[in-house]
Order: sequence, then structure tokens, then C-alpha cells
Amino acid sequence: MKRVRQFAWLFLLLVTVASLGAGLWAPADYAMQFREAPNSPPSHQHLLGTDELGRDRFSRVLYGTRVSLLMAPAAALLSTLLATLVGGVAGYLGGWWERVAMGATDLFLSMPWLFLLLAVRAMLPLNIAPITSVAVTFLLLGLLGWAASARVLCAGARGLRDSDFVLQARASGLRGVRLLAIHVMPNLKPVLAAQFLISIPVFIISEANLGILGLGVSEPLPSWGSLLRELESFTSLGFEAWKLVPLALLVLVVSGFQIILSRNEVYA
Amino acid sequence: MKRRPLALMLFLSLSLSAALGQSGGELKFCLHSDPKTFDPFLVADDASVSVRYLTGGVLIRVNRRTQQAEPEMATSWTVSRDGRSITFNLRDRVYYSDGTPFNAADVAYTVQRLMDPALHSPTGDSFRSGSGEVRTIIDSPTRITVTFPAPVAGLDKLFDQVAIVSARSANKDRAVLGPFYVADYKPDSYVLLKRNPNYWRRDAAGRQLPYLDTVRLSIQPNRDIEMMSFRRGEIDLINWLDSEYFDRLLAQSPQLAHDAGPGLDSEQMWFNQVPNAPIPGYKREWFRSTNFRRAVSDAINRADLSRVVYGGHAQPAAGPVSPANKFWFNSQLHAPAYDPAGALRLLQQEGFRLEGSSLRDRAGHTVEFSIITNAGNKARERMAAMVQQDLGKIGMNVHVVTLDFASLIERITESYNYESALLGTANTDLDPNAQMNLWLSSADNHQWNPRQKSPETAWEAEIDRLMKEQASSLDPARRKVCFDRVQQIVVEQQPFIYLVNKNVLSAVAASVANASPVVLRPQTYWNIETLSMGVQTASRH
Amino acid sequence: MRTLVRRLAAMAGVVLLGGLLSATLVRLAPGFDVDEQQLDSRLSSESVQALRRVRAQDRNLAAFYLHYLGHALRGDLGQSRTLDRPVRQLLAERLPVTARLVGAGLLVGWLCAVLLAVGATMARRVACDMVATILSGIFLSVPAAVLGLLFVFANAPAYLVIALVVFPKVFSYTRNLLARSYGLPHLVTAYAKGVSPVRILLWHVLPVAGAQLLAVAGISVSIALGAAIPVEALCGIAGIGQLAWQAALGRDLPLLVNLTVLVTIVTLAANWGSEFTGQRFRTSGA
Repeated sequence: MKRVRQFAWLFLLLVTVASLGAGLWAPADYAMQFREAPNSPPSHQHLLGTDELGRDRFSRVLYGTRVSLLMAPAAALLSTLLATLVGGVAGYLGGWWERVAMGATDLFLSMPWLFLLLAVRAMLPLNIAPITSVAVTFLLLGLLGWAASARVLCAGARGLRDSDFVLQARASGLRGVRLLAIHVMPNLKPVLAAQFLISIPVFIISEANLGILGLGVSEPLPSWGSLLRELESFTSLGFEAWKLVPLALLVLVVSGFQIILSRNEVYA
Repeated sequence: MKRRPLALMLFLSLSLSAALGQSGGELKFCLHSDPKTFDPFLVADDASVSVRYLTGGVLIRVNRRTQQAEPEMATSWTVSRDGRSITFNLRDRVYYSDGTPFNAADVAYTVQRLMDPALHSPTGDSFRSGSGEVRTIIDSPTRITVTFPAPVAGLDKLFDQVAIVSARSANKDRAVLGPFYVADYKPDSYVLLKRNPNYWRRDAAGRQLPYLDTVRLSIQPNRDIEMMSFRRGEIDLINWLDSEYFDRLLAQSPQLAHDAGPGLDSEQMWFNQVPNAPIPGYKREWFRSTNFRRAVSDAINRADLSRVVYGGHAQPAAGPVSPANKFWFNSQLHAPAYDPAGALRLLQQEGFRLEGSSLRDRAGHTVEFSIITNAGNKARERMAAMVQQDLGKIGMNVHVVTLDFASLIERITESYNYESALLGTANTDLDPNAQMNLWLSSADNHQWNPRQKSPETAWEAEIDRLMKEQASSLDPARRKVCFDRVQQIVVEQQPFIYLVNKNVLSAVAASVANASPVVLRPQTYWNIETLSMGVQTASRH
Repeated sequence: MRTLVRRLAAMAGVVLLGGLLSATLVRLAPGFDVDEQQLDSRLSSESVQALRRVRAQDRNLAAFYLHYLGHALRGDLGQSRTLDRPVRQLLAERLPVTARLVGAGLLVGWLCAVLLAVGATMARRVACDMVATILSGIFLSVPAAVLGLLFVFANAPAYLVIALVVFPKVFSYTRNLLARSYGLPHLVTAYAKGVSPVRILLWHVLPVAGAQLLAVAGISVSIALGAAIPVEALCGIAGIGQLAWQAALGRDLPLLVNLTVLVTIVTLAANWGSEFTGQRFRTSGA
């Protein structure tokens, strides 16, 4: 297992460095349209072929990775933190706090947030840099995506509240934040890890889908999500294996995170 | 010995039915949304218009292939000298699908309902050239005169949109004069049309039309699924095909794919010239400068747009009218040639200068603006990205923002909070009069600067004058001169920067006989009464 | 009994609040007073004004909401603006479709997730865990749109798409919870003592992780409902999800408020149900 974990670290590091240095070794500018060769298969100049506007896919994957790899985990972290604050603390405190927090969470889960996103888009100026648009999108996703795991965390914290070792810790004088941090939170780690891991691809795909509202990445900046949406054209253009590279990359990155985060688990 | 006569009979009957031109059968195709209404006066969306076309009997039909007016429920007609009245001689011994006889009273009733101002019928609004009452005088059961308060240009062809409703039938919704009637409607599922047993039209051999027994319209908003259904044989035609699907079909089954040539629709972009729009003043100055707009137009590579976005199934657009509109297109006009150097020269005349890779105006502001377009329309998103790159070559920094349609409309028609927009027009009518509310500076749909109290520029005043002149004239030649001049002004001033005219692409299964796709809507089933499910391949004229 | 009444009252309160909040969101979003038909260049100025007036009648949110509540109590849920049909009829037609889709999807999704999670944890082999992780990662990363299209292409039932959307999320939570539970000291002892794995799972692991697993069950309903929207829209299924999407694009206020109320009720019921079962579990189990 340790070997696999090391490999996962190495892979993630490699991907991060490759994307950060996209400006150095991308064969072409991600926006450059090679208009004589749209939708072309892989070749010397274009390692992964070109997209429908003739842009080099390999360069776009590099730059897209940079955008998504930096922002999606940050947004996932934000949503996990919020879930902990709302769900974990409420479950631990119990009583009235818990009821209100859970009621608010359920309400949050049911709202049509589409309209809030539309309103946010309306308030933003039209001439924002593509990177700002993506950053705002991921921020919003992070702020809106905590509700599901808050519920699970609440259930977990509630269970821990009455457990033996917490009672013992209380009896020995440990209170409040310290009790929370030392005894409760670590036991909620599995759910936090799951939340974090799920959020990354969910946010990446949501960011692409939010393009329909004018949020998300705007042309010509690529993101993983927008690259994944290329797959939708298989009905008209047929399955082309090189288009699956962004998908494979995402799957490997998510799996890599999963492996790294399962550090403390015991395989009995 | 006994088998041979049987075989002979079988052979004879088969060849006889083949010779007679097949009978029966069900034609299946898709609507992209539920019809919003079955009331023929209120139809506006594609699905409702399709159902009206298939079920409604009209007085005068515009032949979709020849683009000429033909008699349908009216055997002949005359338009008065002042252009305000039209007299119809109606076909007699015609009955509605429920048996009610058809006569002039039905026409009068239809016209009165159509022109009811409280109804706000879009079709009725096409006739509303002036305020006042519309009078109908019934001379006899087969002769009626309709008089409008003001002259209506192209009066006869407008009746192609007016389905005659029965005045007396107990079941007004079901009683129709067209080839089919609505037999069943399951929301979100299908609309089933059945053959009208009382349809008046017969073919050359005297057989009653339509040949088809039923038409099944499945409701399918998803074009990918529509394409899959067609490939599987679940539907028989696709009325409007995207260029990517067309190419795929062409590669696999070329005889099923039809390219009828450039259509009437256009794709265009325009700049916001509204005086009190919430955009910076210096940008408004740019957008109001003719040289700026012409420079943008010259810097866009239209050939690339046609080739890359539409796979070659589009043509660079010269102006507001497509060459497919044979009579009204101003043949002197040509699409602007791709000329970035010329564009820069025009910009320099206005005081813009290129510093490094970015363009700056007289005051030193970098030229940076946004284009909004509707999300979900892949062709427009791609065109916007290509325009972004083209304008980037002359130093303009363009942001592409895709918005959902409702937000887009709000920005264009209410808040005017946009800088430039990229949209398209679906032109169903050949006559320029249908576009009055686009060209008149006081109108709501004068997109770049709607609802002006008085024309703000000399050229808009000129367009106003010309449009009013063509509307009140009856002489087609005179009208053409006026509208040709309007097209010329538009090309000189570029309030709309026309990009491409898309080709009309459709798919027709081999089992559909007599299909011949054309450019006018409805492209593939305009001759529904002579279509049938047989074994012939579709003709290609 | 009293707690039940209190619970129901609280639920009603949340639902009402939800309706009002969603109405506010819709009202404040751009594009509320416009109609696509305005762009028809045949329309006269008066007709365009008439279209605007129709849209403007819902502008006063308080009036709209009170009006809606009043009618709702009598069973009239209002009229959809975009489809021009009574909301009640629309919901009655489409609810069974979505219920079947979501129900079947949840069932299959949970089955796959639990089987895979239990298998991966009990097998105690790194390879198994790897395979399960990658499988779940694949389905997390493929957009619902692509999955949906694939399934239509292959003529496979749509509920499988929902199952495949739910499965990786449930798997992720379940696997982590189970792995955690298996790591607890008393279970290590139990293994060492030779207690059968099945017994360990049923008597020691599940009670500990049970409450949280039930909470996951509760929220998986929300996840499935959320997935129903793109799946129905893409696969052409006439259910609540497709209705919701069309209503959102058309800013159809009556329909959207009703849909939010419906979703809120379902979410509350699912989550409170799982909470209730969890309490029972706790009192009877470990």
C-alpha cells in the first residue's frame, strides 16, 4: 500500500508541475485556431489532435489542468470546511442548534440555486477576465456544495457526542473547541475525506455545465469540464479515443487523491 | 395450375399500387417542443406553426419551391388598386373535416377574429399597417371582399399564414380544411394527425389527397436522440439538420442527406448604440462610429466561419437578405472580403492606433469589449470564438460571454446592459414588410437602438422613409428599388454585421416518396399531401 | 404524539419558507419579465406591450405568494406560464415517471455501492480497493450528459444513469465509513479472536457506522433528484426533472415554486426518515 501511495503522490506532483509549467512546454497557445485542420486526429504537431475549431488539444489539456487542478480542490476544501462547521458543530451541540441547522440544510438542498447563479452573473461585469469568471464559479460552487455532507457529519457528530471516549474526555476536563478538535473531528475524517473527493469531479463538471449561464470558464480558456463536454459529440462525430484523455486524467487524479487520503486506514 | 392466377393477381395488384403512387402509410418525424397552442391565430413557435401548416386550409398558398402564390381555398383573387382590399373567389362544395360546409361566412369570421386587437395575434399583426376597422363584405357564398384601413404590402401572400376557421362548426378546434386534422395529442409525447376525409384536393389522376393515412409527430427536444431515431428508422425525416450530423449522414448514407442550398436565415452580430445604455461613454462612441463597425466587419473572416463552423454548408452573408430570396435579394451586394489591413486603415481614420498587439483609441483606452450570445447554441459559441480570434489580430480584446436566453433577451430589450451581441434571424417570410419592426427606428425590434422617438442618424431616417414607401406602394418594381436601397445602406453602415447564411440541411428516409426538400419552411414536408410511404427514393429537384 | 405534531409543524414551516425563498430567487434573477416571443418582428408595439404586461403580473412577490397559498389550500396549484396548463395536472402526469426513475436508480445505485464497498473492505486486498476506487472515479468523472447519451445510444434504461450517478458518491462515503469502522481497536481484537467476518460486519461495524450510513441514504435521495434533471432532459423523459429545467429557462414562477415545495417535502421526508431510523437503530443496537 505504501508503494501505491508513493506512486500516487508522484503522479499528482507530476501532473501539477506539468500544468503549472504549461506556458513553457505547451506546443501551441491554447487559443490558437489552426483553421485548416479542425477535428483532426493525433499527429506530429498535435499530439492529441485538434478540437472543432482547430485548437491543439494537448495544449488545452495542459492549461485546462492548471485551471481545474488548482481551483477544484480549493473549492472542495471550502465546501468541506463549511459542512464541518454547520453539520459537525451542530451535531455535536445537539438540541435546538441541531434542529435549526438541519432544517436549514434541508432547505438549502432543495433550493433552485440556478437563479442565484444567474443573479450573480448579472451583477458581474461582462468584461471580466476568463480566469476571474472561473474563480467566481468555483467559489460559488464551494459555498453552495456543503449541504449534502453536512447532514452526514451531523449524524456522525451526534453519535460521537454520546460515545464513551468523548464522555471520558469531558469528565477529565476537556471542553469546547479542544474537545471538538482532538476527539470529535478526527473521527469524522472518513466523511470529510469522502466529501472532499466527491466534490472535486462534481465541481469540475458543474463548472462546465454552468457555462450555460455565462459563468464558468469563458472562451478561449479551457478547463477540464469544458474538455469533458467534447465527449458529448460522439453521436455526431463518433468515438475517438484521444478525446478520452482528459477523462482518464481526471479519473487518475481523483483516484490519486483517494489513495493519499486513506493514509490512516487500517486494512485489518 | 391454380397457383399461377394467384401469383398473377398478386403481381398485378402490386404493380398497380406502385403505378398509382402508393397509398396509406404513416409518416413519422419530430417536433422539438410541445405545441404551445392549437389556436391557428396564436401560433408563434415552430411546433405550433408546423401543426397549423399540416392542418390549416388557407386561401392562398405560397408554393415553397417556386416562391409564387397559388390558389388554394380561393380559386382566384384580385387586389384593389389602392392596396387596401382583396376580393376572393372561393372554391365551392368544400367541407370541413367534420362535414360543415365552407363558405364566405367562414372567411369573414376568421378575418374578424384574426384582426381582433385584444387577441394580439402575430399573424394578425402582419396585416396591421394602420389602425382602424377591417371590413368584410360577403357578395355571395363564394365571393368575399376584405378591406383594411391602410394599404398592406404583399397582401395576397400574407394569406398563406391565415388558416380559415369554421364559423358554424360545433367543434371549432377539430374542424379543419387542411390535409390532416389533430386526432390525438399526448403532452410531451406525440401529436397524431389523421387524414382529412373531406380534403378538397385531388391529384392529376383524380385520386383524393393526401396519400398518407396518418402523420405522427413525436416530441423530442434532443437533437442527438432525433438523429439516433432517424438512423434506426423510427422517424422518416429530419426537417432541420445540423451540419455535423449532416456530414456524418452524408458519409454513411449519402442518398438520405439533402442540402437545399443557402436558406433565408442569417447569423449576425451588432453593437449596442442605445444612447443611455449602461456602458462607458467612450465605448458608445466607438460603436456609433460607422468606420469602427465596418472595420470589425472587414476583419472577420466569413469564409472561415462557413468552412469551420458549418463544414462548408453556409455562405458568407452579403446583407440582410439571403440570395435564396430570389426576388428581394439585391444582387449588386457582395459579402465583405476579409481585409484586416483595410480594417486597420479604417480604424486609423477614426484615430485608433495599434500599439504592440493592442489597439487603442484616440484617448488611449484599449479597445476591449464583450460579445454576448446564447449558450447551448454550439454554432454561435464557435463563431464567437472565431470572431474573438479574428478581432484579436487587429488588436481588439474581445470577451465571449454565453448567457441563457432569458438573460440575453433582458439585456437586449430592457436593460441594454451589453456591448455587442451575436444572434441569428429565422426568416420565414420572403416579403420585407415582415421586417418593418426591425428596420423602423421607432420599433421595438430595431435591435441596436430600439424605440427611438425620432431617427438619430441620417441613414436611419433614410431607411425609415424607404421602408414606409415600400409598404405603401403596390408596384413590386418600385418596392424592390426602395428595399434594394435599404439593403445597400445597411451594408454601408453595418448596424448589423451579417456573417453567414446557413444552408438548409435535411434528412429524408428512402421510404418517403415524392419528397423534395426546399429552402422555405417547412423544408421537407411542404408538399405533405403528395408524400407517401413507398419504395421509391426521394427525388432531388 | 406531540413530537410528531411538532415535527410536522416544523416541516410545514420549512416548506413554506422554501417556497417563498425560491420565489424570491426566481424573481430576482435576470430575465424574469421578458418573453422569447418579444423578438418576433411581426408583432406590433401594442402586442409587445401586452406580452410584457402578462409577465409583469407576477412582479409583486408577496401578493403572488399569498395568492398561491390561498389557492393551494383549496387544491389549485396555479397555472404554468410556459406550458399554459394547470400545475396540478402536470405534476400528476410527471411525478410517477420520475418516482420510478429515481426509485429504481437509487435501488440499483445503492446495491452496487454497498456490494462494492463491503467487498473492497472485507477482501482486505489492495488490488480490490484500487479497482473499486478507479471504477467509482470513472463514474464520478463522466458528465451525466455523456452517460445519458451513451445509454440512449445503447438503448439502455435511463434509471441506470441515475444509478451510475448515485453509486460513486454513496460508494465513497460507505467505503470510508466502513474502512474507518474496521480500524477500531475492538474490531482488530475480534478479528484476532477469529470472529467471522459476516458477524463482525453485521454486529459490530454496521451499528457504529449505521447512523451515518442512514444519513447518506437520506441525502442520496437529493443526489438522485438532482441527477434526474439532466438525465431526463437529455434522454427525453417527460418527468419532473425535465419540467424543472424548462421551467427554469422560462422563468415560470408558479411551476418553480410548486416544484421547490415538492422537492423540499421529499428531501425533508427522506432526511427525517433516516434520522428517525437512525435513532431507533441507536437505541436498539450498540
